[in-house]
Amino acid sequence: MALSLSTDQEKKIDEIVARYPTKRAACIPVLHVCQAQVGWVSPDVIAWVAQRLELATSEVQGVVTFYTMYHQAPVKKHVLWVCRTLSCDLRGGKAIQEHVEKRFGCHAGQDSANGVWTLKKAECLAGCGYAPMVQIDDRFFENLTPEALDRVIDAYEKGQPPPQAETAFTKNPAPAPAAAAPAAPTPSTPPSTPQAS
Amino acid sequence: MPTTYANILTNRYTLDKSWTIEAVERAGGYVAARKALTELTPDFIKAEVKAANVRGRGGAGFPAGMKWGFLAPVKPGEQAYLVINADEGEPGTFKDRTLMEKDPHRLIEGCIIAMWALGAHKTFIYVRCELVLSIARLEAAIADCKKRGYLGSRPFGKDHALDIVVHPGAGAYICGEETSLLNSLEGYRGEPRLKPPFPAVKGAFGMPTIVNNVETIASVPDVITMGGEKWSNLSLLPPEMKDGGTRLYGISGHVKKPGVFEAPVGITLREMIYDFGGGMLHEGRPLKGVIPGGSSTPVLRPEDKVHAPDAKSPMNKWHGKSHLDVPLGVDTMRNIGTMLGTCCAIVMDSSVNMVEASRNLMKFYHHESCGQCTPCREGTGWLENVLNKLCEGKGKASDVDLLVDISNNMMGNTICALADGTAMPMLAFVRKFRGEFLAAAEKGVPVKDRRLDAALLSAFSGRAA
Repeated sequence: MALSLSTDQEKKIDEIVARYPTKRAACIPVLHVCQAQVGWVSPDVIAWVAQRLELATSEVQGVVTFYTMYHQAPVKKHVLWVCRTLSCDLRGGKAIQEHVEKRFGCHAGQDSANGVWTLKKAECLAGCGYAPMVQIDDRFFENLTPEALDRVIDAYEKGQPPPQAETAFTKNPAPAPAAAAPAAPTPSTPPSTPQAS
Repeated sequence: MPTTYANILTNRYTLDKSWTIEAVERAGGYVAARKALTELTPDFIKAEVKAANVRGRGGAGFPAGMKWGFLAPVKPGEQAYLVINADEGEPGTFKDRTLMEKDPHRLIEGCIIAMWALGAHKTFIYVRCELVLSIARLEAAIADCKKRGYLGSRPFGKDHALDIVVHPGAGAYICGEETSLLNSLEGYRGEPRLKPPFPAVKGAFGMPTIVNNVETIASVPDVITMGGEKWSNLSLLPPEMKDGGTRLYGISGHVKKPGVFEAPVGITLREMIYDFGGGMLHEGRPLKGVIPGGSSTPVLRPEDKVHAPDAKSPMNKWHGKSHLDVPLGVDTMRNIGTMLGTCCAIVMDSSVNMVEASRNLMKFYHHESCGQCTPCREGTGWLENVLNKLCEGKGKASDVDLLVDISNNMMGNTICALADGTAMPMLAFVRKFRGEFLAAAEKGVPVKDRRLDAALLSAFSGRAA
């Protein structure tokens, strides 16, 4: 079945193509739009994108296979990526993966027994300071424990995905008000960041 | 060190809804851009950025002012581009993300000023697609700027059209390499290009292009507001090192308070770990090794001392001091055999088995090698295989030398720096923790050490959610 997109999406794609000096440059963002619609990058998607951007299907296929965020096979309703690179692993990334595998009844790279989830392992997702962390669809969930992740998964299964939490940031202890003026580095007061323990 | 450092880059991070244009303008946003476009000449701005001694914040530490100077003159029918590298994915690195999430307008304002200075009309911000929130906030920020006339055909009333496009990546570490990023931007597979020609001469779409890191460009508004020299002097390093300003630091791994913070260039790893990071996570588990600036930078040990007895050596000042007490600068780190990188440290305590830690990283590089050059495509895989063998107790002593041999044959033999960024940390792990590798060769890595979080598991259930 050939791919058909809604008028809105067609418009969005026209708008993306217009941003670039060449049609080919729109390839990656257009594939994202199509994947959002279809759920994965099917052969129909590749053929459609190739035709739309005046490329050979092999060129689009080459792009699709190069990048990890294109699903080259159908995925379930939600995709959960567990980050397993060094910083996360130092803080329990493997324990998180094992916990999810147990709950889902599947290994990384497979679909959950209840048919709702696809579980994948990810390389560094730029959440190192808030490890361990996972990405579910379009959201990051950080500073996890198995219990905290269970609550997130429960919420998704109830159809109420929790929002992504705002990343924590602590300002250096500094005297009042000057914060507004980018020009003025605030004068210092002792001591440096408190040695919390 | 009993000093408090100013929040300059991050001064708007904690404002209510800090990512909106209203909050930003109340806090002095776009004053610098207005001044730049209405009062300042491109040459003046370029001179200020040069005087500010901004070293590129993406890892290589190249002077931003000098890079801007390499931009080839635009021929008729051509146009110059500014490309922002926001493909943050180096393990351990998570600083640019906070800028895009919490203060996207600082980056946009930097782009406006930089485009004016470089004579460019268009910026592409290449953001990795996993950072959905960053992309959404950047796009909203750009839309707001267009409404206010800060972008568009006559920004701030100036006859110099400006446009910014956010380009999502699709999940490839290699696309943080600038020429690979350009290929990816043009819709190709993200394979690095041979240099020369350098992007400044022939970059995006064959046009002269400057590729800068997010934080580098986000520094530009403050450079303009404060003046280049004053901004440069924020650094704790001596001025002759030409490494100026204030920057974002990140700390992750075994510390009490991981996260991002801002401090001047030139604080030490000891300050990072024990002041900002709150100290080691567990009592009784001392620091074993720290990767100073993203996984491609060679690991440091606290017990290693600077050896520079020659009074003429630039490192003489720190002769005999621990590597943890050397100020973090592009050149100081290079002189102790590592790299400053992105200034985002990964801290490992005594529970970490370094064979397992290096295996984790080599797995990453094997996964992320683009496959274009044989030494990297094969070498990263071999490193992972040899480490797997060592961990499982199937290795032999000569395998440790094999790791060194493979690494040496990868260095400098590929188009881009990914192979070097794999080989350098591998060599440092073997050199500094050789005993552990030899022990693994003899009897493998104990099963309990084959996971890096083993020491943490008991504490896990007690942690606050």
